[in-house]
Amino acid sequence: MLPPMSDLTVETRVDIVIVGGGLVGMTLAAALGHAGISCAVIDAEDPATASADIFDGRVFAIALSVQRMMAAIGLWPHVAETQPIEEIRVSDGASPLFLHYDHRELGDEPLGHMVESRMLRRALYRRLADLPMVRLHAPMKVARLDRDIDGVTAELADGSVVTGRLCVAADGRDSPLRRAAGIKSIAWRYRQSGIVCAVAHEKPHRGIAHERFLPAGPFAILPMTGNRSSLVWTEPTDLARVLVGLPADEFHAEMRRRFGDFLGATEVVGPRWSYPLAFHHAERYIDRRLALVGDAAHLMHPIAGQGLNAGLRDVAALAEAIVNADRLGLDVGGDDVLRRYQRWRHADNTMMLAVTDVLNRLFSNDIWPVKLARDLGLAAVNRLPPLRRLFMRHAMGTVGHLPRLLKGEAL
Amino acid sequence: MLVSATGPTVDQDEVARFAALAQKWWDTKGEFAPLHALNPVRLGFIRDRLCARHGRDPGAQRPLEGLRLIDVGCGGGLLAEPLARMGAEMVAIDAAAENIGTARAHAEQAGVAVDYRCVTAEAVAAAGERFDGVVAMEIVEHVADVDAFMAALADLARPGAPVFMATLNRTLKARALAVFLAERVLRWLPPGTHDWRKFLKPHELARAMRHAGLIPRALVGVTYNPLGNSWRVSRDTDINYMMMAEKPGE
Repeated sequence: MLPPMSDLTVETRVDIVIVGGGLVGMTLAAALGHAGISCAVIDAEDPATASADIFDGRVFAIALSVQRMMAAIGLWPHVAETQPIEEIRVSDGASPLFLHYDHRELGDEPLGHMVESRMLRRALYRRLADLPMVRLHAPMKVARLDRDIDGVTAELADGSVVTGRLCVAADGRDSPLRRAAGIKSIAWRYRQSGIVCAVAHEKPHRGIAHERFLPAGPFAILPMTGNRSSLVWTEPTDLARVLVGLPADEFHAEMRRRFGDFLGATEVVGPRWSYPLAFHHAERYIDRRLALVGDAAHLMHPIAGQGLNAGLRDVAALAEAIVNADRLGLDVGGDDVLRRYQRWRHADNTMMLAVTDVLNRLFSNDIWPVKLARDLGLAAVNRLPPLRRLFMRHAMGTVGHLPRLLKGEAL
Repeated sequence: MLVSATGPTVDQDEVARFAALAQKWWDTKGEFAPLHALNPVRLGFIRDRLCARHGRDPGAQRPLEGLRLIDVGCGGGLLAEPLARMGAEMVAIDAAAENIGTARAHAEQAGVAVDYRCVTAEAVAAAGERFDGVVAMEIVEHVADVDAFMAALADLARPGAPVFMATLNRTLKARALAVFLAERVLRWLPPGTHDWRKFLKPHELARAMRHAGLIPRALVGVTYNPLGNSWRVSRDTDINYMMMAEKPGE
């Protein structure tokens, strides 16, 4: 007779069980694996699809501090085709007043880098392949998750079991784990959608990023490698849908009206798509043996390009709390670790979420007194070098009480 | 067959009782929450000084690998288990059989190797066992004969090895907080166990150490931060403090 099923079950024991293998979940695995902490990443997506060779249009601005973390965990050398951001020019519609950030004012390092999503994913797979402490279960789903005083047990769809001290929910904005834990989230939808596409242009961009505040919302031109730029173009949701569905030449004409001719002839390359913009912030990031990171914890307006950076700052703080406990022989999923993580990140993210929300409301309109006030504000910041430098450091992510990884130090 | 029938049942009861006690000891939100909050500060003190002495990186994994340590008055094993996880070869003793049973049950369940024994420090020293480090936290204030106890601790240390101690100071501040400390921090003790007059001032503890042939090397205060329910090392030794002494030689 066959033994009962439970005797056949394959059980893997790790320190940290990461549910969700997006950029945030995978970077956490790399940071922990680099520090010798064992972890399992469970991701529903097939790695082959997730790191496909075709450009999918998604590009991220990686802040300087986050780049330092990627270097400290041995990830950055694997990231291909990175484009430094040398300057940022912020303007309000056609107003002659603008704000200008130039990295040379602060030193040799750029303000950040533009990197394609697929390049980050590819780098993560390569890095994780070299880390014996990290196990990737993909494509794979979690059938059941138990969290109790002693640890977590994840039963996977194939019947195997992974146990650990802590479960990290890196399972995206709709986070099933957050819902299952009964953690409430403040959420709303903006009436805007973001249109994303890449544009090839005749003249070089010289590493300059442009953020223009048009009445419908921000229109950002972000430098990519070669003579290419990535667009993040905000429009009311119904209009965005129509625009994305236009024939190629008409879409190009609409794009060009906003883009202008300063980079010569232009052409839309790769896919274009739009997604509705939303906001959410979990009321708390922790529960018994559970920590929320990235989009599972917060989702912000892309106006400042800080969404992924905020998620990766969560990673830096959580990894440090975990490693500190591990190096003292303490429980890596204990309340101490979780409370420390939440104290570190919740207030910081609240501020970032509030700032991005207010900026969007302030700029996404054409009410003249508001426009006058914000233009004077931009001009004032531009004329006050200390304030301007502070804003730049915020964009670079080098302000505040930083986790060691964000300073480029080892854990 | 009555005996063989009840034998295992009795053992089962014991096991269940210890398991329940272990859950209490190790519940970081329960009765012993303040002790758990103290743990990182104490473990950091022990680890960093042992690492400095042996030229090791305190940020490495298992920084205490290969060092043989003894925890005197180990209670539920709150210090012994993390020290073992840091790589130390751990012996942990307590005079209370119940504590040893509890600590053993938890270590087994957690898969950590600690040699728990229900004996006194004097007995282990008399048997000739020696260690690379001796830990005696929050215990000296309970012993009847401080000099005899200290002599046993000194005997347990190999030449050059550190002895780590933590205790409450005999100050008005500590006395004012004694109710809080005794009932909240050290709540597992029966009422009246903490006799304020028996608390040692740092210089008195240092004198007892020297008297036992140890050389006091470090003194740090431990202060409570009610925001965040955490403790940290400071220069204020008025309430709780930690000391490290060294056995001369080598």
